[in-house]
Amino acid sequence: MAELRALIEEQIPRLRRYARALTGDRSLADDLVQDTLERALTRFHLWRHGSDLRAWLFTIMHNIFVNQVRSRLRHQHEALESDAAVEAMRVSEPDWLELRDLDSALAQLPHEQRTVLLLVGLEQFTYEEAARVLQIPIGTVMSRLSRGRERLRAVLAGDTSVSPLKVVK
Amino acid sequence: MIRLPVTEADLHAYVDGVLPAESAAQIEAYLAEHSEDAARIASYCEQTAALHRAFDPILDEPLPQRLEVPRPVWARAVLRYAAVVAWLALGGVAGWHLHEYRARGLVEATTWAQRAAVAHVVYSPEVRHAVEVGAAEEAHLVRWLSKRLGASVKAPHLGDLGYSLVGGRLLPGDSGPVAQFMYQDGKGQRLTLYVRRDANKRRETAFRFTRERGVSVFYWIDGGLGYALSGEIDKPALLRVATAVYRQLNP
Repeated sequence: MAELRALIEEQIPRLRRYARALTGDRSLADDLVQDTLERALTRFHLWRHGSDLRAWLFTIMHNIFVNQVRSRLRHQHEALESDAAVEAMRVSEPDWLELRDLDSALAQLPHEQRTVLLLVGLEQFTYEEAARVLQIPIGTVMSRLSRGRERLRAVLAGDTSVSPLKVVK
Repeated sequence: MIRLPVTEADLHAYVDGVLPAESAAQIEAYLAEHSEDAARIASYCEQTAALHRAFDPILDEPLPQRLEVPRPVWARAVLRYAAVVAWLALGGVAGWHLHEYRARGLVEATTWAQRAAVAHVVYSPEVRHAVEVGAAEEAHLVRWLSKRLGASVKAPHLGDLGYSLVGGRLLPGDSGPVAQFMYQDGKGQRLTLYVRRDANKRRETAFRFTRERGVSVFYWIDGGLGYALSGEIDKPALLRVATAVYRQLNP
């Protein structure tokens, strides 16, 4: 049990980084990490010893995230304001501006594209690992990655003509 | 070597740095002749760099207390109930012995300060349901608790000491409803202020201190209300907060 806790603990900073980029909100992100840790610990018997613990934890987090998106449990606005204030104090000005731009740009991506883009670009999962975490075929990973990057480029360049509601299978 | 023509997947593999050197060189040769794709690929590389600049600092942040690896849910539930049972047993034993004492005022005070400590132990570890009404609705919270207690209660502002109001809840006391306000500092350390009506409207006491199982409690009676401030911090630090609370309530 102590060994397991140490193994999981190692992964928490990366889970937080991913959750923060995914949700665009510090407290929502930590809620997501916390839910992930709790679910991981209650289901630990399902983890095959020696298999990739990081991918397993990210898979759990992804499933929780998708369920939350589906049931529209994101009370975003209230949390965002207080959170933004906290971050404004913590982060120096230029970084803060970039973070805010990036946050709002990422928020304009459909979550299917955002997850792929972040798992590959930020978390450096291979395409195969990302496919396993997201439980989708690798071809779908590639097409979402391609569309996600193109959309993010357009949004950051100030082109909002790309439909945010485009559904990508 | 990659097969020509260059595919979209090849370009992304190049961005993600997963191509062998030879194939990467092929892509670079291709990009040298296709300026539109080259601009697009440069932009994708910059996206990855920007993601790391923006979010990598999170890797070095200290973890908030609530993200320390939790014990399995059942184990925490068992521990929590064990803690409550232990507290109730302690209260019972203490009550039995104290029953013998004639100094009824002191007995009462000890009992309610213990109740305050129990309430602290039960609610302060809560993450999602620490309070019934959050600090965002402070005015409503204070009106509601004042109405239920039948006395004007206030939620002191402890921002100068680094504690902000989380919110509050109504609890059953030994002789009626009591209020609990919860505060939290930047590290997630929580304090609770337990407020009850005192039977004697004119009674006042000095600060008294008790410590049970790691929970420090300062308690006093003032202006018809009994206050107990509980926290798992050291006595001088808690006294500073208790003094600030007292001063705010007696401007």
